Amino acid sequence: MTNSISEFEHSNAYFVIGSNMTEAHPIIALRLKRGARYNGAKLVVADPREITLTKYATLWLRHKPGTDAALINGLMHVIIEEGLEDKAFIEDRTENITALKKVLKKYTPAFTEKITGVPQDKIIEAARIIGTEDKVAFFYAMGITQHVMGTENVMDVANLAMLTGNVGRPSTGVNPLRGQSNVQGACDMGGLFNYYPGYQRVDLEENWKKFSESWGCDTLSRDAGLPATAMINAAVEGTIKALYVMGENPMMSDPDIGHTEKGFKNLDFLVVQDIFMTETAAMADVILPATTYAEKDGTFTNSERRVQLLRQVIDPVGKSRVDWKIIMDLSTRMGRPMTYQNTAEIMDEIASVTPIYGGISHERLEKKGLQWPCPDKNHPGTPYLHKDKFSRGKGFFYPVDYHPPAELPDPEYPFLLTTGRMLSHYHTGTMTRRSKGLNEICPEGFMEIHPKDAGSLDIEDGEMVRVSSRRGTITVKAWVTRKVPPQVVYMNFHFAESAANRLTIAALDPMSGIAEAKVCAVRIEKLQLQETAV
Amino acid sequence: MNMVDLTINDKKIIVPAGSTILEAAQSAGILIPTLCYHKHLSPYGGCRLCIVEVEGIPRLVASCTTPVAEGMVVRTDSEQIRRNRKTIVELILSNHPNDCMVCEQNGRCKLQDLAYEFGLKEIRFQGEKSHYEIENRNPMIERDYNKCILCGRCVRMCDEVQGVGAVDFSKRGFQAKIATAYDGVLDCEFCGNCIGACPVGALTGKPSRFKGRSWEARKVRTICNYCGCGCSLILHAKGQDVIRVTQVEDDNCVNQGFMCVKGKFGFEYINHKDRLKTPLIRKNGTFVEASWDEALETVVDNLARIRKEYGNNSIGGLCSAKCTNEENYLFQKFMRTVIGTNNVDHCARY
Repeated sequence: MTNSISEFEHSNAYFVIGSNMTEAHPIIALRLKRGARYNGAKLVVADPREITLTKYATLWLRHKPGTDAALINGLMHVIIEEGLEDKAFIEDRTENITALKKVLKKYTPAFTEKITGVPQDKIIEAARIIGTEDKVAFFYAMGITQHVMGTENVMDVANLAMLTGNVGRPSTGVNPLRGQSNVQGACDMGGLFNYYPGYQRVDLEENWKKFSESWGCDTLSRDAGLPATAMINAAVEGTIKALYVMGENPMMSDPDIGHTEKGFKNLDFLVVQDIFMTETAAMADVILPATTYAEKDGTFTNSERRVQLLRQVIDPVGKSRVDWKIIMDLSTRMGRPMTYQNTAEIMDEIASVTPIYGGISHERLEKKGLQWPCPDKNHPGTPYLHKDKFSRGKGFFYPVDYHPPAELPDPEYPFLLTTGRMLSHYHTGTMTRRSKGLNEICPEGFMEIHPKDAGSLDIEDGEMVRVSSRRGTITVKAWVTRKVPPQVVYMNFHFAESAANRLTIAALDPMSGIAEAKVCAVRIEKLQLQETAV
Repeated sequence: MNMVDLTINDKKIIVPAGSTILEAAQSAGILIPTLCYHKHLSPYGGCRLCIVEVEGIPRLVASCTTPVAEGMVVRTDSEQIRRNRKTIVELILSNHPNDCMVCEQNGRCKLQDLAYEFGLKEIRFQGEKSHYEIENRNPMIERDYNKCILCGRCVRMCDEVQGVGAVDFSKRGFQAKIATAYDGVLDCEFCGNCIGACPVGALTGKPSRFKGRSWEARKVRTICNYCGCGCSLILHAKGQDVIRVTQVEDDNCVNQGFMCVKGKFGFEYINHKDRLKTPLIRKNGTFVEASWDEALETVVDNLARIRKEYGNNSIGGLCSAKCTNEENYLFQKFMRTVIGTNNVDHCARY
């Protein structure tokens, strides 16, 4: 997030696209709800589903799944047409506006309505809110990123924010909501194929030299690494032979699990370090028992870039060990001794090689977390980014032209399946399904289907149905609801018995390698009597 | 900002205009007892415990709802105020079950603290008592309205913070009760913020009931392990079991002390019987328990063999959005320095 959570209660307007935040980021949603209900902020929600946030919205744009960029372009078209753009900001702080305008030209309200299904008057009304309100904050999550044009969708949100001068000030900004407790930190720490810690590119000679020296290692690879999705492909093809998986469950979280399974089965060796016998661990050759967050200390970095201290509450259960000690032991056994006494010492090393974490130490985090960039020991941290300039200098408008998802419904697979998370469960369900009350709230998976579609398929509420895509087939309970529009069905991916990711497609966004888990085509069939009787 | 001068207990205080007397007193470190006041909720003035004397006003006023005025002279601790407060607590206790010994809130109950403070050995008022059935036909929250003092904090929390409005006041007078629509089964988001707001034992979290008394638990402040909001919370552990999660009370956190259903109630997996407790090695298709030495040597041997046979880039590593920065740092350092590959990634895209 460019901005901080506490700022959002004071925004004048919000634009939320592809984020079911009352379920996936409930605490951030509290700020928006309060802003909208008590401070008169205008809330514009763009989502194909009638998510809870729409109840609090000034305006709900129900666009078709996968048409996010078209919708955003349509908004920008109106903003420019009506002269609502922030001309001073564009002039002083950005470049390439002409190219953007050229692409936007065709996105008239009528054209945009045709692609997105959102009525023209609503597009115009939303554009006016975003174009005229002083402090507008933009939010998105996996709803716009898990698409073949995921990266472009994000760039388009940035375009909209820059066009309206809503970057570099409090209570504004481009705010991706990170889904996991330390997904931000895992990226910051160089848990990425293309970056060393702190987003220092691996393909730059100076970085290679810097890390070779800091780590006292002359064998750092100069080869490009593979993103997770490509590692699975490589395992299927047989070029990746071994995987070391720490606290991940790709056999549930990956799109097109059937493909992932093929990859894992094809491995020569798989080691999984985890807290439960996950679907992935069950395929391992060696399982190393690790600990939960209650059994360790260290730091997490949240969605607003705030590095915060974890504190150990109980001892590791059984013979389990904390992850950092397991890694140290492995490294030492493989000839590169690691001898950190505690996690504070590891953070000191992180700070020494990672400029954005340069001023961070456990001691400083004792009272309250610090937001990176925090380059030195006296730096107070950075509540919002891009204050006077962007990291590259001027903000660059990257024109985005809409193109459709990889797989859309056709006569054979006539429904569009979209997936997501729900409030009471989390990711692959390994933790929440083992918490009694949470599992009681929702003990099994379900598929949301519109009454019209349910009627035409003769499906009753609560009935088990068969759902198939070109990749796989599952059976799942149907929930007949108007939360989804006709022709669109929705599932959560938390449930192994009805794993939505058996159906999803691993079509990748070429820029980031993210898969299009939010759109694929499925067929829905009523189960025959003898099948339900089993 | 307009500032207002006033005097509380002979102390000169300057506060922003629009502050209440209670807020002014708190800013000067003067404690006034309250049951219905909550810093993040609108003032309610229901419990009357925060009554104070204001010069020029003949009656006692509720300090939580009375704004300060220039030159105001306030007294918070006179004998008359103390007598009144004591009577209020007695009146509340006259319709309150005397079962502190089995109450989940024992040891952290505001009403219990007040009874202790006023040295209430017996209650002068005898009268009717409420006899409500305990409401627990929901996964998370047990509601015992016999203990409810009608402070309305849960009602305001649910409406003003959560924006749900699952409960409200119903009926009047002695029959007044907090209830769901049509007094039906509680059907809400189960954020549990009402439990955090309840000053007594009327609302308790079902997953924590009878797992341990307040004073038996070690309380450790840490960061939630679910989504990326990064909420601060307090884990309570009895022995080696995590038994309860409560909110932090200060503002040095992103969540202002508010929680969601996973943060509040999603802790039982920590001590779940399914936890992996020993290393396992697959032998002839089944997992066999192994020592750490044996397991780690198996990993080392296989990784070394594969690297030698197929090269550094035949090995990949997935680190974790659930592990700490320190662990992810070491993981990628291990992959890059020991294995010698940039094949390291995690599920940032899922």
